This record gives sequence, C-alpha cells and structure tokens, in this order.
Amino acid sequence: MTTRAFQKIYTKIDNITKATVTLKASGVGNDELATVGGKLAQVVKIMGENVTLQVFAGTEGLATNSEVIFHGEPPKLKVSDNLAGRFFNAYGEPLEGGEQLEGEAREIGGPTVNPFRRIQPSELIATGIAGIDLNNTIVSGQKIPFFADPDQPYNAVMANVALRAKADKIILGGMGLTNDDFLYFKSVFENAGALDRIVSFVNTTENPPVERLLVPDMALTAAEYFAVDKGEKVLVLLTDMTLYADALAIVSNRMDQIPSKDSMPGSLYSDLAKIYEKAVQLPNGGSITIIAVTTLSGGDITHAIPDNTGYITEGQLFLRNDSDTGKVIVDPFRSLSRLKQLVIGKKTREDHPQVMNACVRLFADAANAKTKLENGFDLSDYDERSLKFAHDYSEKLLSIDVNIEIEEMLDTAWELFAAFFSKEEVAIKAELIEKYWKA
Amino acid sequence: MKTLGKVNGIISNIVIAKVDGPVAQNEICFVYCGDTRMMAEVIKVVGDNAYVQVFDSTRGLKIGDKVEFENHMLEATLAPGLLSKNYDGLQNDLEKMEGLFINRGSITEPIDFDKEWEFEPLAKAGDKVAAASWLGEVKEQWVKHKIMVPFVMEGSYTVKSVAKAGTYKVTDTVAVIVDSEGKEHNITMVQKWPVKKAIKAYTEKPRPSRVMETGVRAIDTFNPLAEGGTGFIPGPFGAGKTVLQHAISKQAEADVIIIVACGERANEVVEIFKEFPELVDPRTGHKLMERTIIICNTSNMPVAAREASVYTGMTIGEYYRAMGLKVLVMADSTSRWAQALREMSNRLEELPGQDAFPMDLSAIISNFYARAGLVKLTNGQTGSVTFLGTVSPAGGNLKEPVTESTKKAARCFYALSQGRADSKRYPAIDPLESYSKYLEYPEVSSYLDERIEKGWAEKVYAGKTLVQRGKEANDQINILGDDGVPVEYHERFWKSELIDFVILQQDAFDDIDANCPIERQKLMYNMVLDVCRKDFTFADFEACSRFFKGLINLFRQMNYAEYESEKYFDYKRQIEEYVSNAN
Repeated sequence: MTTRAFQKIYTKIDNITKATVTLKASGVGNDELATVGGKLAQVVKIMGENVTLQVFAGTEGLATNSEVIFHGEPPKLKVSDNLAGRFFNAYGEPLEGGEQLEGEAREIGGPTVNPFRRIQPSELIATGIAGIDLNNTIVSGQKIPFFADPDQPYNAVMANVALRAKADKIILGGMGLTNDDFLYFKSVFENAGALDRIVSFVNTTENPPVERLLVPDMALTAAEYFAVDKGEKVLVLLTDMTLYADALAIVSNRMDQIPSKDSMPGSLYSDLAKIYEKAVQLPNGGSITIIAVTTLSGGDITHAIPDNTGYITEGQLFLRNDSDTGKVIVDPFRSLSRLKQLVIGKKTREDHPQVMNACVRLFADAANAKTKLENGFDLSDYDERSLKFAHDYSEKLLSIDVNIEIEEMLDTAWELFAAFFSKEEVAIKAELIEKYWKA
Repeated sequence: MKTLGKVNGIISNIVIAKVDGPVAQNEICFVYCGDTRMMAEVIKVVGDNAYVQVFDSTRGLKIGDKVEFENHMLEATLAPGLLSKNYDGLQNDLEKMEGLFINRGSITEPIDFDKEWEFEPLAKAGDKVAAASWLGEVKEQWVKHKIMVPFVMEGSYTVKSVAKAGTYKVTDTVAVIVDSEGKEHNITMVQKWPVKKAIKAYTEKPRPSRVMETGVRAIDTFNPLAEGGTGFIPGPFGAGKTVLQHAISKQAEADVIIIVACGERANEVVEIFKEFPELVDPRTGHKLMERTIIICNTSNMPVAAREASVYTGMTIGEYYRAMGLKVLVMADSTSRWAQALREMSNRLEELPGQDAFPMDLSAIISNFYARAGLVKLTNGQTGSVTFLGTVSPAGGNLKEPVTESTKKAARCFYALSQGRADSKRYPAIDPLESYSKYLEYPEVSSYLDERIEKGWAEKVYAGKTLVQRGKEANDQINILGDDGVPVEYHERFWKSELIDFVILQQDAFDDIDANCPIERQKLMYNMVLDVCRKDFTFADFEACSRFFKGLINLFRQMNYAEYESEKYFDYKRQIEEYVSNAN
C-alpha cells in the first residue's frame, strides 16, 4: 500500500494482543483500514483517543514502534467485468501474480436491499440431483447450506450443483479451504470450461484465520456487482462457514467480549444474517443465490453455528451415508428447502408436492420397520414392502450421483409406488392417483 | 435549547457521546456522520457520557462528530392511513424510500400528509372528554378509524367545537377542546406516543372470554387462543413457525392485523408483500392487505431497530384497540429481539445472566406481553389486542432463557416438535406438550358452549386423553412388539392416529384444507370422536391398522373437499358406511 500525502504515520503502539493493537490516534473513522507494520488491519473500537485495530494476519512480530498508517476508508473491492475468471485472496488481490484489478472501488459489506424492493423468488434451479430437485427444490435468490460432517463429499456436490445450475456467474468464497480442495475446485471448473464465469476469493488453511472475515463480504460485493449492475444470475458458494464463525469467535475473544453459547460471540446471529441475507431476487432479473457449507462436529446441529445458521437460511441440506445401498444420499428427513413451495407444482408438474410428501412418508415407515427389525420383532407384509421401497428410493432417487430431469424423477416415484404399494397406502389425492398411477 | 454532544467513543453500533446538557434515558438523538443523520437512542448515562445505540451502521464515524438530542423518546405516529403500510422497525415507510438499497439515515414519513379523509363528527360541543375519547371518525379502508383525544392529554376536557362532516387532511384541526383552566387545545387527526410505554386509556382490563378463531384445527379445537389473549410458538428451525404464523395472519378473525417481522428472513416478508394484496379475506370480501400493517426489520437490518420494531407494532395495536377494534399482533421472532438486547448488553459490558442474556430479560418479556389484552374503553365498548409471538430456541432446547421467560408470561403454548416436523406431520404443534390456559377459564368454556355446542370443552379434554392414551399404547407396542400386546392396544394407538391425521394435521398449502371454519371443525371433530368411542373387534393388529389407514385416507379426502360440496357429502357417506361395515 503506498503512502498518500497528509497521511500521519504513528509509531507508538500501546497494547498488542494476538489479534489486535491499540494506539493513540486522532481523526480515525470507525471500520477504517490501516496498515500496521506492513500488515492490513481494521478499526474495531474507538475510545476517546485510543483506537483498537484488528490485524488480519495476526500480530506476530509487530513491535510497539511499528508504523501505523490509516487509509481513511473501509475495505473496498474494485469491481468490473475483469473479475471473471480470476482468483483472489481475502483482500481482493490477485493470487499467483497477474494484473491488479481496475474498476470502481466499492465498499464491502454495503447497505441492505429494501425488502419492499425485493421480488419473490420463483425461478427453479435444477441440479439433476433428485434429493435436491424432488424433495428440496432450490430457487434463485435462496440461501441454503449443506450441513455436513467434515468427511463428507460436500465440496464435490457443491461444485456439481454449481456447474449444473446454469448461473451466469459463480463466485467461490473459500474460507480455510485446504489447498487440495482449492485445487480441486479449480480443476473441476477448468475441465468444465467454466473458468470464465467463475470468480474466486480464497483464504486457505495456510493463511491467517482472521483474514477469512473479509472473504464473504468480498465475494458478495462482487456478486452484487454482477446481479445489481449487470442483471445476471449469480451463484455464490461459501465454504466453510463454520471456519468463518470460528474466526469471529477468535476476534471477539481477543476483544474481551462475553461469549454466549458454545463460546461464540453474542452477535453471531446478526453476523451470519448480514452475509446470508445478501441472497436476493432483484426486480431487474438479476439474483444472488447462496449455497454454503457448515461443517458439523459429530453431526450435532444444536451447536450455536449450525443452529443460528438454520434460523437464517431458507432450509438446509444434509448428506448421509446410506448403509443399505452404500451411497451418499441427501437425507430426506432432515433436509428442507423453505422456498420449494414457490415452485413445486407450479413450475413443475402438478403432482410434485404430493408425490414428494408421499415418498418421504413411506420412507419414514421403512425407517420404523428397520427399527423393528433391529429390535428383533417380526415384520408385517407392509413393513417388508416399505423396506424394499426404501432401498430403491435411495438408489434411484436420493443418491447424489443421480442426474435426471424432474419429470423423470416424478415418473420414477410413481413406478416405485405401484411396485410396492396399493393406492390407499400411498394416500395421495384421488384425482392425481387416477392420472398418474402406473398400473 | 437542544442538548448537544460530541462522539467520544465507538464500539460497533454503540456510540458514547459527551454531552453539554441534560439527557434522558431512552431519549432519541441524531448522530451526524458527515451529511448523514442517523437516529439513535440513549441506553445508559455515565456522568456527562451518554451511551447511545445507533439504529444504523457507524462505519466512518469519527471522534468529535456531532450528536443532537431531541428531548423525546422514540415515538410512533398515530393517524389514519397506517393500514396497508409497510414500515421498518422505526416506522419509516419502506415504500417511500428511493433506490434498491436502504441508505444510511433514510427517514420517510409514516403517513401521507396530503391525503384527504371523509370526517364524521361523533362528539358535540359541551361533551366531557378525556384521553382516548372519540371525537369523530374517518373511513380508513373499511375500518371506522376513530379520531380520539390524544393519549398524552391528562385530565378532563370539555369539547368546544367539532368540525362539520367533510374532507380534511390529517393535520387540519377537527376539534377544539378546553381544559379545566379554560385553555383551548386544537385537536388534529395525528398524535404521537412513545412506543415503550403502554397506552392505558381504558377503564378496566377484564379476563378474556371469547375465542379468536384462526381456522387452524390444532389451535381452535385443541388449544384455543382467546381474543385479547397471549400465546407463543416455540420451535426449532424447520418446524414450521413461520408457515403457521402466516396461516393465522391470513385467517384470524380480527379487524386489524399487525405483523412484526423481527430479525427474520426478508424473503418471508416478501411473501406477505406479494400475497396479501391479492388474497381476499373470506369474511369481509376485502383484500387481506387492507387490514394488515407490516413492521419489518429483517435480520440484516440494524440490530437496535429490531428491538424497537416489536414496540412499534404493539403501540399501533393499542391505538387501534382504543377504537374498539379486535387487533391481532404477531411477532416473528421474539428471540431475535432478545438477542438484540443481548448484543447491546454485551457491548455495554453489563454482567450477563444465563446464556449471556441481560439479567432483566424475563421482566422485559413479561412487561411486553402484559400490554396485550381485552379492555373496556371509557365509552363502555370493548377492544382487544391479541398477541402471538414465536420463539426460536437455541438448539431447539425449550430450557433456554427466552422460552422459559416467555412461558411465564404467555397463556397459550404451542410447542412445535422436531419429531412431528421430521415425519411431516404439519402443523407440528405437539398435542401433549401444548396447552391453552384459556380452556380452563369458565368464561371461555361457557362461550364455547354457546359458539360451538354444549359441553365442548369436555369433548376437547376427552380428545386430549385419547391422544395421551394412544401415545402410551404406542410406547408399549414399541417395547413389546406388535404381537406382544393385545390388539386393543393397537386400536387405542390407531384412534390417536386418527385424531392426529384428521384433526391435528392440516395442509397449509391446500386452498381448502388450509382454512377450516369452526362449524366444519365441530363436525369433523364429532365424527372422529364418534369413531373413537366405538369399540371394534379386529382379528389381529394388521386388520386393525388396515382398517384405520383406510379410514384416515377417507377422512383426509374429506378434508380436501370443499365444505358442503357434493364430494364432501359423498366422503361423509363413505366414512359412515366404512365404519358401520367394520363389525
């Protein structure tokens, strides 16, 4: 960062913690950026003449006489069409060399879209995965995370979804991504020939954790440029939001804030909402859809991070290993897309809502039968049939390697109904049974 | 002279201002960041330092920036023209804001000052009046909007003159009243009231005695909500809180509905924006939006305004109540409001209570719920504010501070269960955990005798017992196995399933089933109870489950059929035949 005229250089730091420094300075604005001993930092607290800065890269090696230069403005991203096809770090600087960005510098973490100006999301995003399209349909302008254990193939599924989703731009916000996963994303996008519609902001595990805090805002500022200014359909992938929240906890801890549940800051809900609520369907046809990953520890969704996330996002997708079929499936019980009601049976065939519910209900009956079996009880004829249904349902529909159109998914479901159940057992509206039942 | 201050400290959205004169707790002030004027509220004073929470982002604010104190608390503007409006938490009209984004410091008028209203006088010269007395009325949509003596006016007054019938703007003088010292006061159609204070211009607050019908069977039949009562809906995410609240807001039998979207998803509010102007209220034939006011502070809007939003909603509710109307105020979700309190308390470095919530959380919640109620107005008429809030318990655990505090304050408890939601049994209101204290009120029980049928409350209790017994039987079956228990256990279990599938479950997305009028609820419930009271003899448990599955299917088809249509009666006949053929 070059020094500009009139910029006062401070060389006396009073306090240094692991993530923050405090010094006496005047004329400093809240949220403003600064360089501390060559490292980027942001103002987080001002008390009279004492200014506290959060140093993104950590305070290792900073001395009480390190140079502090205030930039006079909050973090910004230079936006233009040249963003496409590029890879950036958390500060919006090109990775692996390359030219610096040109374009209008916009503040990241900008204002909220007036809810009254929003449009109701109504465009289906087809992914080919029946566990999503049939049971948990995603709609443009939606925000939905994968809740997954760290060993599950969520990044692979997400990359697949992104490529099939027919978005104008895909923006990847990687937080604490391992270098291997980063290279995986890169090669998948490259092989699909999609690199020109991808923008990536990446903080890998090799980078300091606090830097991650900038990644979602950078990614969403770029997304807003394409959606608002260009009217494009933008898909934002954020992985992994748990690591983002961990970084929030680190900073709040260093600032002596009182932690609430699970050592997370009391403002976790608002902090996450500020990111996820950027998902929007705009009147100009542009949209921002956010698909995120929240990794769980031991599948615990009551932990503060997944819990707060669940209250903010419009549903969640769970991946699960199905022991019957040996496949990874999208769990039909715990997954939910809140916006699916806006499209199913409207943008898709009329029988979609009822078929979806009947499948899940019958799958639940199979789960009960399984419990009975495990407890050593005899199975009824119905139990036997529902177990067979569950096997085929997992294999032909729930498995994440399925890639078919929605009509085909519905037809497959009707075939399964007819193969294992009577019309009464399926209990769908009589008119639909008449029309679609596969004799 | 206004008190002025200078910014002396900034921690996120809390600003510490050094002041040069008197400041009051909860006083409103404006913080200047360059040309931007941001509203803020005093939440703590230490010496000449006032701690204010800014209802906006403090980005770029500097030490020494100007703060201007307004000498009043946060106020709602009350006048004709509130219905159908979409406000933010501070009563700014969202529709009037320009541009796609809400810019910092955006302030818009909550009412239209140019609009003319058809005024009809109600009082005449010489009448003795006091705060909240009706002086005249204007027609707002189809509501008779009373023009009242402002709530802030204490003591008694005599009417000197009331304007003749005709068209007036809200700021025109429509009456002149004289106080005991002979001083004249001009009354317009606009008044202001500090949102954090309850409007108490009524003579008494009797116990609620009527039921507010919502068209949701699990509520009306099983745990009725009283008109002027309070209720809350806790549930983990995905359990259907918002869908349930939307259903109630569409169907509830109220004159005015105020929806406070407090720290929730913007897309949910957009759904209301889109649907309500189109949907027709079946009782009145008018568009739903005509009776609705939306206060919207979505989760990404400033946290401090989130706290204000519930108070703004309640104040507007109390205003319409003083006109003798039935008002329903709904807040989704009160947990977000509690979290806003927590964020503030945390930044003020107060000693925390449980889960880092402020110590007085329970008192704040109780005070707020106490503002609801049925009231007798000074002219003998009644008005009511019914309040229904949702709670989003952390981790779905009902033993957390917000749920526990609310449980002490609210009289109806609609617990949404994860288990029911997982098996798609919607609405996921747990029949055993949930309760309505109003069912125990003799007033309510005799009202139900009149409204539905004699002995209705007992019938409801009988149904609850059947559900309880069914659950116990099911537990036994799960322990001992299908064959390990008498067939009678299966019968008991299936009877409770019948109540569950036919009465408790309801398809909120089906045009017909979504709204079940009370007459239909009575009929369905009686039909189901008749089946439950019958003793069957089944050969084995499979015959039993087959019989009830078939029966449930018929009942569900009947729920989907239009009320008293040919199909409806056809299913009714089929059910009766099916049952009589059972033995």
